[in-house]
Amino acid sequence: MELFRPRADIPFMRFAPIFNAISLLFFLVAVGSLIVRGLNLSIEFTGGTLVEIHSEQSITLPPLRETLVQNGFPEAQVQHFGSTKAAIVRLARHDELPPDEVADNLRALFAKHLPEITVTRMEFVGPQVGRELAENGAIALVLVVIGIMIYLAIRFEWRFSVAAIIANLHDVVIILGFFALFQWEFSLPVLAAVLAVLGYSVNETVVIFDRVREKMRASRGKVSTASLLDHAITSTMSRTVITHGSTLAMVLSILLFGGETLYYFALALTIGILFGIYSSIFVSSALLMWFGVTRESLIKPERKKEEAVV
Amino acid sequence: MNRYPLWKSVLIVLVVIVGAIYALPNLFGEIPAVQVAPIKAGAPWDAAPVEARIRETLASAHLEATGFERDPDGLRILFAETETQLKARDLIDAALNPDPKKPRYIVALNLLPGAPKWLLAIGAKPMYLGLDLRGGVHFLLEVDMAGAIAQRLDALAADIRSTLRSERIRSLGIARQGNTIVARFSDPTTAQQARTVLTKTFPELAIDRQENGDETRLIARLTPSAEQKIREFALKQNITTLHNRINELGVAEPVIQQQGANRIVVQLPGVQDVAKAKDILGRTATLEVRLVDDTPGALEAALAGRVPPGTELLTERNGRPILVKRDVVLTGERLTDAQPGFDSQTQEPAVHLTLDAAGARIFRDVTRENVGKRMAILLIDRGVAEVVTAPVIRTEIGGGRVQISGAMTTAEARDIALLLRAGSLAAPMRIVEERTIGPSLGKENIERGVNATLYGFLAIALFMIVYYEVIGIVSVVALFVNLVLLIALLSLLQATLTLPGIAAVALTLGMAIDANVLINERIREELRAGVSPQLAIAAGYDRAFDTILDSNVTSLIAGLALLIFGWGPVRGFAVVHVLGILTSIFSAVLVSRWLVNLIYGGNKRISRIRIG
Repeated sequence: MELFRPRADIPFMRFAPIFNAISLLFFLVAVGSLIVRGLNLSIEFTGGTLVEIHSEQSITLPPLRETLVQNGFPEAQVQHFGSTKAAIVRLARHDELPPDEVADNLRALFAKHLPEITVTRMEFVGPQVGRELAENGAIALVLVVIGIMIYLAIRFEWRFSVAAIIANLHDVVIILGFFALFQWEFSLPVLAAVLAVLGYSVNETVVIFDRVREKMRASRGKVSTASLLDHAITSTMSRTVITHGSTLAMVLSILLFGGETLYYFALALTIGILFGIYSSIFVSSALLMWFGVTRESLIKPERKKEEAVV
Repeated sequence: MNRYPLWKSVLIVLVVIVGAIYALPNLFGEIPAVQVAPIKAGAPWDAAPVEARIRETLASAHLEATGFERDPDGLRILFAETETQLKARDLIDAALNPDPKKPRYIVALNLLPGAPKWLLAIGAKPMYLGLDLRGGVHFLLEVDMAGAIAQRLDALAADIRSTLRSERIRSLGIARQGNTIVARFSDPTTAQQARTVLTKTFPELAIDRQENGDETRLIARLTPSAEQKIREFALKQNITTLHNRINELGVAEPVIQQQGANRIVVQLPGVQDVAKAKDILGRTATLEVRLVDDTPGALEAALAGRVPPGTELLTERNGRPILVKRDVVLTGERLTDAQPGFDSQTQEPAVHLTLDAAGARIFRDVTRENVGKRMAILLIDRGVAEVVTAPVIRTEIGGGRVQISGAMTTAEARDIALLLRAGSLAAPMRIVEERTIGPSLGKENIERGVNATLYGFLAIALFMIVYYEVIGIVSVVALFVNLVLLIALLSLLQATLTLPGIAAVALTLGMAIDANVLINERIREELRAGVSPQLAIAAGYDRAFDTILDSNVTSLIAGLALLIFGWGPVRGFAVVHVLGILTSIFSAVLVSRWLVNLIYGGNKRISRIRIG
C-alpha cells in the first residue's frame, strides 16, 4: 500500500508567505492569551492543596461546595473529575495555617461531614517548592533550546539551527497559548509533554534538513533553494505523515484510555505533534529560505577537510 | 552484503533473550502479603510459635492464607487478594501486639513479586512501581537549617563557658546573638588569653575582637566549612531518625532519600493512615539538659509575670511550674543511647542514658559544681518545651551514664527512651509537600496506562503491517523488542515507574516507529529509482541512519534536561524517555536489519521485496 506518491514536487515554498502569515496570527493569538489570561498553573507550581474524591453515587457539586465553605474553606474550587462519581477539590494557599494542617483539616472534614465520600488522592505543595519547580521547568526549557541549537549548529549550520529552533519555539508557544486560551490546567506532566514535543518536532525539521543538505550537495548549485526545499519536503512527506500518524495514534490512545491524570499531557502532545508537522514544513523551511541558505554555506567546511587530508 | 557476521547475530539474539528474561517477572504480577518481624531488628527470635499464633488467628476469622514464608528477617504470609490481606493485617496486629502502646512485632503490608524463584534468584525483579501506581503517602520534608545552626551555636556557647571556667578565665557573660556567640571580658588581656584558648579548642569558630567601651568582646562565628558540616550532619541525622521512626510504622519498603541540600523525601507505599504517619514523622523532639533556678522568690516572681533574666518559666509533667535557666548544659547530640529500665535501689521505672565523651565530661563538671541543686531534662516537641523530670543532683556523676527516674510509669519510661533514642532530630523539619494516593486509584492508573499503551501499539502494528507488508512485520517485531528491552532495563535498574512513566513508554514506542518508517521509506525510494532489492535494503538502512541519529540526539537532549530538572513523577517520565531512546536505536536499526537480513539476505537474486 502506498498513500503518497506525488509525481512532481509540490511547490510548498510558493505558499510560504501565506502560511507564515497564518503562523504569525496563531503565534500572536497564543502570546496574547498568555499575556491576558495567563496559564492556569496547577498546585504543583503555585502551591496549594488538591483532593480527589470518589463516591458510590454521583456527587452533586453545590452541596459539597456549601459544606466546604461552611467549614472554613471559602476559596475551595470543586469540579467533576472524569465522571460524576469523582470530583476534585482545589484550595489555594491558606497562609494563616501551615499547609499540612490544611490537608489534615480537609481530611477530617470529609470524614465527619461527608462519610459517603472516600478521599482517593490528596496532594499539597508548599509555595516554596512550587516556585522552585516553576524555576526548574523554565531552566529545563532554556537548556533544551540551547542544547538543540548547539547540536544543529554543529551538525548543519547556524542558519539551520536558528530556523529549527524558531519553528519549534513557535510550537511551544502555541501549545502554551492553547492552555492559556482554554484555561486548561498546566501541570508538571504537561511541562514534560512540552519538552518532549520540543525534542520530537525538531526530529521532523532534522529529517527535512537532512534531505536539503543531501540534495544541495548533489545539486552543484543549479537548483534554487526554494525548489530544493520543495523537493525535500515532497520526498519526505510520506514518512512525515506515517510517522506522525503513528505517534499520534499512540498519543490519542493515551488521550482516550489513559484517564484524567494523563489527559492534558496527551492533549499537549497532540497539539504539539500537529503543529510540529506544520511548523517544520512551513515555518522552518520557509525560514531557511529567507535566511538565504546556499550550497556554499554547507559545502565549505567539507572542502577544507578534504584539503587537509590531501 | 545483507548478511551480518555471526558474532553480530549472536550478540543481537543474546541481548534480546537476556532482555526477555529480565522483562519476564513483570508478567507475574504481585502477591499481597503481610510481613511480620520483631520490632528490634536483628534480635534472635523464634518464629514457630508466632506462626502458630497467626495460623490460629486467621483460621478463627476464616481468612485463608495462600502461603507462609519464613526467613531470618521475618515471616511472610501470602494472600490471594488485597482485601483479605488488609483484614488479616489488622487481625494479626491485634493478636501479636495486644498492647498497641507496646508493640513487639512490626506487622506490615507488602507486595511480593509473583515471579518464579529461579527468576528472582538471577536478580530479575518486576519494575519498581511509584506511589501513584501502588498507593501510599509521599512527604517532602524540609530541614530547618537555621534551627540546626542555632542549636549548635547554643551548644558551643555552653562549651565555651565550661572551657573558660576550667582555664580559670573570667568572663562577663557568654551568649548567642543571632549567628554569633558573643563573649564579654572586662579587660583586653583576659580577652586575648581567652581568644588563644578558644582558637585552639574550637577550630570550627572564627573569632574576632571588638572593643566596646570599657569591655572587650570576642565575637565567634562558625567557619563556612563548619557550617556546611553541620548542615550535612543535620540532614544525615534526620534521615537516620526518620528510618528509626518509620520502622515503628511498619512499612515494608519505605523510601527515605535526600533531595537537594536540605530536603528529605519520604515515601511510604501502602500506608493509608496519613494522620498516624505524620504524627510519627512530625515529632521533632529534641532533648536538652539545663539547670533549675531554685533561688528563693524567683519562681514566685516569674509566676507574677516578672521572669528573671536568663531563665524561662516552664511546666513539669505533673503540671507544676518550674523555673529553668536558659543556658543549655547538654543537648540530645551528646546522647548515644537511651534505654528504659529500673532504678537499682528503689526499683522505680527509669531511663538510662549514655553520653558521649564530651557529654560525659560536661556532665561531670556540671554535676560536681551543682551538687544539691536540681537539673531539668527537657523534651522540646514541636517547639514546646516540657520538663520531663527535674531530679536533685546528689553527687558528681562521671562516666557518662545517667539515670533519670522519678514519677513515671514503665510505659512512660519506654516512650521517653524511644523518643530520646530515635526521636532526637538534629534539626526541626516541616512538611512542604504531601501526596496521598489510594490503593484503588493506583490500580486504576496501572490499568489505564497499560491499556493506552496496548491499544496504541496495536493500532500502529496493524497499520505498519498493512502498509509495509513483510517489512512492516519486521518493523513491528523490532518495536516489540524495543518494548521488551525497555521494560527489562527499567526492571534491571529498578527505576521507579510512575504513571507519566507509562505514558513515556507509550510515547517512546510511538516515536520509535519513526526510525523504521524512515528506513522503509528510503528502501521504497531506492526501489522506485530502479535499484536492485539487495542494494535498496543496504542503501535504505545506511542512508536513514544519519537521520535517525540526528533526530534521536535532539530527543535525548530534551530527555536529559527533564531528567536533571525533573521532579517526582516527571522524573519517571524522563528516565523512561531517555532509556527508550537508547533501546529504540538498537531495536529499530540492529534488530530490524538482522530480521531483514534473515528474510532476504540469504538469496542474492531475490526479485522483489514485499514492502507494500
